[in-house]
Amino acid sequence: MKRRFFIQRFSQEKGSYWQEYVIDCDPTWVVLDALEAIHKQDPSLAYRRSCRHGICGACAININGKNRLACETRVANLPEKIRIKPLPGFPVIRDLVVDLNLLYQHIETVKPYLITQTPPPEKERFQSPEDRKKLDGLYECILCGACTSACPTFWANRNFLGPTALLKACLFFMDSRDEAKTDRKAILNSHPGLWQCHSIFNCTEACPKGLNPLRAIVMLRKKILRGK
Amino acid sequence: MVTHRHEIVIVGAGIAGLAAALEAAMAGRDVAVVSKVFPTRSHSVAAQGGTAAALGNMEPDRWEWHFYDTVKGSDFLGDQNAQALFCQEAIDTAYFLEHIGVPFSRTEDGRILQRYFGGHYSDFGQGPPVRRACLAADRIGHVMLHTLFGQCLRYKVHFYSEFLVTRLLMHEDGCAGVLAWELVKGEFHLFQAKLTLLATGGYARLFQVSTNAAINTGDGMGMVLEAGLPLEDMEFVQFHPTGLYPWGFLISEGVRGEGGHLLNADGERFMQRYAPAKMELAPRDVVSRAIQSEINAGRGIDGKPYVYLDITHLSEEVIKEKLPQIREMAIKFAGIDPKKAPIPVAPSAHYSMGGIPVNVDCEVLADGKKEVVPGLFAAGECACVSIHGANRLGTNSTMECAVFGRRAGKRMAKLAEKTRFLPLPEVQVKMGQEEIKALFERGPKVKVGEVREKLQESMTQNCGILRGKSQLKRQLDILQDLKSAYKNIGLKGLPVAYNLALQEALELKHMLNLAEAIVRGALARTESRGAHYRTDFPKRDDKNWLKHTLVFMQEEQYRLDYKPAVITSFQPEERRF
Ligand SMILES: Cc1cc2nc3c(=O)[nH]c(=O)nc-3n(C[C@H](O)[C@H](O)[C@H](O)COP(=O)(O)OP(=O)(O)OC[C@H]3O[C@@H](n4cnc5c(N)ncnc54)[C@H](O)[C@@H]3O)c2cc1C
Ligand code: SF4
Ligand code: FES
Repeated sequence: MKRRFFIQRFSQEKGSYWQEYVIDCDPTWVVLDALEAIHKQDPSLAYRRSCRHGICGACAININGKNRLACETRVANLPEKIRIKPLPGFPVIRDLVVDLNLLYQHIETVKPYLITQTPPPEKERFQSPEDRKKLDGLYECILCGACTSACPTFWANRNFLGPTALLKACLFFMDSRDEAKTDRKAILNSHPGLWQCHSIFNCTEACPKGLNPLRAIVMLRKKILRGK
Repeated sequence: MVTHRHEIVIVGAGIAGLAAALEAAMAGRDVAVVSKVFPTRSHSVAAQGGTAAALGNMEPDRWEWHFYDTVKGSDFLGDQNAQALFCQEAIDTAYFLEHIGVPFSRTEDGRILQRYFGGHYSDFGQGPPVRRACLAADRIGHVMLHTLFGQCLRYKVHFYSEFLVTRLLMHEDGCAGVLAWELVKGEFHLFQAKLTLLATGGYARLFQVSTNAAINTGDGMGMVLEAGLPLEDMEFVQFHPTGLYPWGFLISEGVRGEGGHLLNADGERFMQRYAPAKMELAPRDVVSRAIQSEINAGRGIDGKPYVYLDITHLSEEVIKEKLPQIREMAIKFAGIDPKKAPIPVAPSAHYSMGGIPVNVDCEVLADGKKEVVPGLFAAGECACVSIHGANRLGTNSTMECAVFGRRAGKRMAKLAEKTRFLPLPEVQVKMGQEEIKALFERGPKVKVGEVREKLQESMTQNCGILRGKSQLKRQLDILQDLKSAYKNIGLKGLPVAYNLALQEALELKHMLNLAEAIVRGALARTESRGAHYRTDFPKRDDKNWLKHTLVFMQEEQYRLDYKPAVITSFQPEERRF
């Protein structure tokens, strides 16, 4: 199964350019397998990967115009010509490797951890299955950055918290055990994010895990407006 | 060169590394975590099924029963003092994890939900199975890792992500820190520490088909070996029977639990010849050996090294409701709807039981027995306490990482005050720099990928699930050839920034050294125990082999030593199934 890969390359020395590789792919391959095959013949190619099956979030790239996980995208489902770029919206370090520090900083801004004041009981804190269910669709995020990379509001304003961080913020806002809602509200009100989102919906379309950051943003807005 | 100075430097940001970092930071110490990937990309994130603790939330359970199961699971090679302590502290640690925010699934009355997992029973193995695995759907590793990472941010742990540690810096009075290569820019950084913890994970990528992340190359263990320190029980590598072929991704036991059949090329349910009573539900090592034997006898599908896992006879509803992840994985990767066609599977290297010998406070042992290396610690899959002995029980690993990570963190926090920084040994720093310089100066006569593939293929063939003397001897020869080939690897002309090939080359060196440690241990161990199966010595031999292997490397020469397994409560008994 021959496929033509057009990969956007970048290095300090050579700048940015496109390179074509023709690779004979096994029908079982995902794009990451093809990248490995290319890397074998051209060790200069740089990309990120770790888990190889869609749980670590390291391998998000742009394939034929869409942000996707290289390790979960089957080559057989793609056309003969495959265009691969690094995630848009972030500075490129080399080839398919982008600098995600801004994404990580925004996540840190929303305090991505449970905060409690009451001393914990001897055993576990209770949480009803209904309350636990409220975390579904929020806690599964793998921090791949595909959504933030697809967000035009983030492209326009680097200080915009972006869908990844807002989804995280929502996770702790929804957790019945968390006791820092006032603090969290203040953070969300004082950083561009919650109220700047234009509901463009790109984030939800981009998420390889089927999560819905826009829904999380809307949920947060309602919670904060209702003063809960 | 940039030098960083932190009281505590932790290499590795998996569950073990972050649990240690959090404890030490909560105690107010200055902690840095150095990792070759961003913390949440660590392999821990992939753990699925659950984490073990005898909470008794579903039915009565006791830590003593967990203790017995762990001892028996280890085929009596685990150290019982450590195993007992582990099972007791697992309970408190599960609550700790809940308190810091892990979103566990819940029982109707709001407690941590627990599920069944192979090998966990009540009443010292006499009673029915017990639900001991604390779960968060099928994402236990993800929730533990992300929660720990968040809390580490809260307590101001310093993170150095995408820094590849290449060397331990050993002063005569103990460990002085580590040398690292920052991957993004491509430059050296020195980390000076009062106390250094290795939490670098396992080495299951040494094999061709593996459930592990691409980064699980055993670096920490490789560095320990290079520093002249021993490794323990390296020959014990757990193979999961059903990895999705050809990738090796884990297909959980649940599929066989729901009634999946294993079929060879003749369409035969071959388990009837290996375990007629338990069939597909026999223990992991038994099923792995059966599949491998079929493949070796030429009964793999289309002559290839895999068999079929068939669930086409199950109803669409059962598949969709009970096995959604597996269904998704089969469709996504193999392009197979498991209702319509069987799933290709092969045994897949899964877990490293062996590692860096440590005491229960995670202090590294210079002789592998008693003598502590000042300032050097290890925890998690890279360490050997030994909880898992010859075979790991499912769900015990993430908990081991949490329990012993915490212990290491607390211990280091306690020692930090009265420990001094040691001067960094310049000669070793130089050697570390020279190594990378040399790689960049050499022309690429041999490619990293070629050597790695040959290594993985040959290890699977000769030192995999079934091992015999002649195979193992052949493998030693192959390893010598590969080590010579390694010396011709060069990266001339490649940019230094984010050089994946450099990372792979440095990892490969450790893989080659570890491979030899494994083969030497396996060759010497003339018995079969747990995951180590010798075709020429198929029985367990307690008289001669109820002991841990220690392997040392000096000037590329290997030396073996042994120490007895610690037995406090349970005497070895026959393993039946
Ligand atoms: C598919 C799968 C499912 C599993 N499911 C379960 C389960 O349900 N329950 C269970 O208990 N166990 C399970 N396990 C096992 C368990 O996940 C692992 O044993 C455990 O997570 C290991 O954690 P760790 O902290 O020791 O190391 P890891 O999580 O592997 O982390 C290693 C860290 O070290 C860093 N590192 C390594 N080398 C270097 C270097 N040279 N320089 C800098 N940093 C370095 C890495 O970047 C990483 O941060 C599963 C394993 C697999 C493969
Ligand atoms: S919400 Fe989805 S796309 Fe965004 S970072 Fe998380 S997993 Fe990736
Ligand atoms: S490699 Fe982990 S998500 Fe793709």
